[in-house]
Amino acid sequence: MPADWRDFVALTKPRVMTLVVFTGLCGLLVAPGHLSPILAFTAILCIALGAGAAGALNQWYEADRDARMKRTAGRPLPAGRMDRQSALHFGVGLSFFSVLLMGFATNWFAAFILAVSILFYVFVYTIWLKPRTAQNIVIGGAAGAFPPLIGWAAVTGDVAALPVALFMLIFFWTPPHFWALALFVRMDYANAGIPMLPVVAGERTTRRQILFYTVIMAAAALAPVLLRLTGLVYGLTALIATGIFAVLAVQVSLSHETDPAQMRAERRLFKYSVLYLFLIFGAVVVDHWVKLA
Amino acid sequence: MTPEEQKLIQARQRSRSIVMAVVLFALVMLFFGITIAKMSH
Repeated sequence: MPADWRDFVALTKPRVMTLVVFTGLCGLLVAPGHLSPILAFTAILCIALGAGAAGALNQWYEADRDARMKRTAGRPLPAGRMDRQSALHFGVGLSFFSVLLMGFATNWFAAFILAVSILFYVFVYTIWLKPRTAQNIVIGGAAGAFPPLIGWAAVTGDVAALPVALFMLIFFWTPPHFWALALFVRMDYANAGIPMLPVVAGERTTRRQILFYTVIMAAAALAPVLLRLTGLVYGLTALIATGIFAVLAVQVSLSHETDPAQMRAERRLFKYSVLYLFLIFGAVVVDHWVKLA
Repeated sequence: MTPEEQKLIQARQRSRSIVMAVVLFALVMLFFGITIAKMSH
């Protein structure tokens, strides 16, 4: 039975792609220089397609594991709506297409970073780290932090302090974001044999680690304004938004809840962490426009 | 293969062909736009 085209779309993890596209777009918008609208659109399309390709290859490799998790059992491969070879061909094809298109439309440095981000997500995170260590998302989080660098590089052909600061922000945001989720879907990960921190080290350690990484993330969030890479608009937004993040992280760290269905603080932190990234990156762009005005 | 399964396969193939045609047309437009942008740069 041929797979439905909607299953190919599902293979690209469209919800994850939203955040990737947004942070990439912000990197592109705040970069000095000019890129024509059609080339800027192409650059963002390439970032989206690259992320989609990485997502497809991730689902191809993890099909057996996904089948053992409630959260992922409905995906096209574990649900049996698509054969593995189609997913592999789709992922590899999309990877090459996105990188080559980025290179031809913008520059080869941006294409190089895009290629590194896809390879990092597939080989370093999915294949190497995820099944082996509880620190998988700490190091693997780098894969999701590349888009602002790629967006910036698409315009300028190089990287500078601001996109590196934004990279660090997403890098340190990833552990509290994922571990908040991992706390209330712990059994899913345990059943699939994935050594997520709550499964391996327990809930107390995970809650402490969430707080620890929130502190580092807060420093990374305030670094752009302290280094004078951004202005007051970003500074105020970062201060307030990070303050709320910290309060939610403290609530999670103080919680003793063990029933996933009752983990309200954890769900709140997870949901807010997504909004937080949108707020912070939106503020970077608004701050840039205010400076230009 | 039952007639229902055959019908489903044909419906999927048709929808995939339509989506592929739309994607190819969009790519043609995109490459045209990129070429114009590159030439006027």
